[in-house]
Order: sequence, then structure tokens, then C-alpha cells
Amino acid sequence: MLSKEQIAARIAMEIKDGDYVNLGIGIPTLVANYIPETINVVLQSENGLLGIGPFPLRGEAGPDLINAGKQTITMQPGAALFDSAESFAMIRGGHIGLAVLGAMEVSENGDLANWKIPGKMVKGMGGAMDLAASPARVIVAMQHRDKAGNSKLVRQCSLPLSGRRCVKRIFTELAVLDLLPEGGFLLREIAPGHSLEEVRQATAGRLEVFGEIREIPL
Amino acid sequence: MLGGFGLCGIPENGIAALLALGIKNLICISNNAGTDDFGIGLLLHKRQVKKMIASYVGENAEFERQLLSGELEVELIPQGTLAERIRAGGAGIPAFYTPAGAGTELAEDKDWRVYDHKICLLERALTADFALVKAWKGDTAGNLIYKGTARNFNPLMATAGKITIAEVEELVPLGELDPEHIHTPGIYVQRIFRGTAYEKRIEQLTEREAAHAE
Repeated sequence: MLSKEQIAARIAMEIKDGDYVNLGIGIPTLVANYIPETINVVLQSENGLLGIGPFPLRGEAGPDLINAGKQTITMQPGAALFDSAESFAMIRGGHIGLAVLGAMEVSENGDLANWKIPGKMVKGMGGAMDLAASPARVIVAMQHRDKAGNSKLVRQCSLPLSGRRCVKRIFTELAVLDLLPEGGFLLREIAPGHSLEEVRQATAGRLEVFGEIREIPL
Repeated sequence: MLGGFGLCGIPENGIAALLALGIKNLICISNNAGTDDFGIGLLLHKRQVKKMIASYVGENAEFERQLLSGELEVELIPQGTLAERIRAGGAGIPAFYTPAGAGTELAEDKDWRVYDHKICLLERALTADFALVKAWKGDTAGNLIYKGTARNFNPLMATAGKITIAEVEELVPLGELDPEHIHTPGIYVQRIFRGTAYEKRIEQLTEREAAHAE
């Protein structure tokens, strides 16, 4: 089973030289730690920064420079600052190519739920709905099952949606799966030491298995 | 309207004044609702807020409690839509279409149309009786310059308040700010003052050791 860090490291392999990328809160934020230095990638922070740098050195953090997760950060050389409307103009306008989001549920047709559990938890959607509806390629980092063992890759989302038919690829502790245009989770990779049967057990939505399935490279 | 993202760039002095005045039944528009013990969270604790319009409220347990118990009215709006509704409010655009939120429960009572093969929702502009914004530097004409990511919603809200009250860390005489570097032209700002005793709290202090530096 992949750790959160290993899921983040696998997602980092999706990022290509020259990409403008928005990383969501949680596992997606960790992806930044695994982007190879050999490629040039610009990370967007939706609160108004293009060019997120590493965390500040001890003692150098300031309150006026944070990421969307409210963590103190630094700026890369060539960074740019802007307001929230401009930030989402970049997203809505299709200038951000890749969005990595967290999810509570994803359905087999690519619907995403990640902002509310009615009666229990309301965090709000933040920028997730804007990203889900934007031209950016939306990929998701999530746990395959909840703590009770129930699948979060479902036929139909039971939780309120953040966006419809928006998720293109999912990275979990067990597998990497693509969303097929006609519906269904297409299994692409399995975590080392796990079987196809385990992925089947953990996936409530329609699982499609054809073509080459490789082990998730770690 | 209250500027800021998380606790970054919030009008600390303006919030303190609202607390001191004890004004109740406020309708607050702000991206977040502060934390349990700072920012708008302080107003929530004193039950001064009737309705909160925000995009993300995950850092505030008291907020979540008041919301789930029905004590507090809440309207959650996608962050980009919130920003654009405020921008539109300040720019005299009464409404616009956007794809964000289409196909979700937010679309249920909204007008919509299909543009470029996408369902788009009609969103109304947002304005406010008062906008409380925080800038780094300002001059006596109300021109403002923000610092780092403390800019966020502040310049948008400055345009959308019937009365915009700006608080700044440094208030300088006319002519000292470079006109090339003004973020908010003074035309949007009705009141300005130098704030005091800024705490500028950090929500999540994340650092790395020098030994790990590249």
C-alpha cells in the first residue's frame, strides 16, 4: 500500500517540463516535494502567486507569504503576485494546465465530491469547483477506501458534487486508474505487493481491466 | 466585506473595532471565516455575525458548530466565482455567466445557459455597505500597495464597498508611493488609517532546515 508521500511522488511523474500546475490541499500539496529539479514547472497558489518556492528556512518565514493551505512559503525566481480575481481568471481561462485535487468520492463517470458531508462536515469548496469546471486536466489524489473499508471509487457519488465528469485520472494507495470517456475506471497500475483482486474488492464502481497493467513505479 | 485569505491580509484593526462596537447581525463576505481565536472567528464567538458568505471555512470549529446547529446562516461560493462577483460589483457589471458549480447543488436555483458546449451559471455581482481592507502601504489619497499574498481579495473588495475603509501598516504623504506600483487607486477608498499592534498571525508555520537547502 502506498503512503501519502508515495502517492505524491507518483503524481509528480505526471508533471512535464513547462507545466503550470495548481496543487490542492493535503496529498496534492506534497507533490511539490517530488518534482524533479531537472524540469521547469510553475506552481500556482490560488490565493495569488505563480511560482511557489520551497518552505522558508527556519526563522525566515513571514506572515505575508502563504499558499492556499495557509502554510508559509517562498517564491521562486520569476514569481508573480496578483489578486484572487486574476488568479481564477488564469484557472477559468485555461492558462493553468493541470490541477491536482483531493477527493472524498469519485464516480465512474468522473464526477468529483470533495467539499461537504451533509449534516457532518462543511469545509466549503474553496477553489475546487472553479478548477473542476476549468479547462485544466483534473487529476485526483485520494484514499481508495474510507476508514471503515468502504470504497470511495463509486458508481454514483452519494455526497454533494464539486463538478461533473471532470476527473481524468486517480491516484490511490492501491492503484492508478483512468476515467474512460464512456464511463468506468480503467486500471493502469497496481501498487507493489497488491493484486488485481484486491483492487476489484476496493472499487465499487465499474472497473475495466484491459491492456497492460504495470506496477506503480516507486 | 472583509479582505484576507486565511489570516493573511485581514483587516485586524477593523475587526477589533467591530468587536469593540459590538455591532450585531452583520452579513460578512470574506473568503474564510478566520480561526477559532482570530480574525472573523472573534466576531463569530461574540455572535455578531448573522450570515457568512465565504468559499472555505475549514479552519474554524466554532463556525462549523454554528453552521451545523443552524445558528448561523451561510452561503458558500466557489472561490473564483466569489472573487469575480466582487470584481463585477466594483466594475458595474450586474451579472455574468461562469461554468463553475454547474451540475452541483449550487446550480439548483440559478439561471443557466450553454456557451461553448458548457453549462454556465448566471452569477450576480456582489457589493457591500462597507469594505474593510488591509494594505501594506497607503498614502493620504487612499492609494494602496499590498505585500506578498496578503493582496488576495483586498483590491477587489476595495472596489465593491459603498464605503471602503483601508487600514495600512505604513501611511505616507502624497507623492511617496510610485504611481507605477499602485495596486488600488485611491478613488475606491473613502477612509484610510494606519493600523496598530498588528499580530499578523501565521496559521501554519512550515519551515525547512538549512542543512536540507539546495
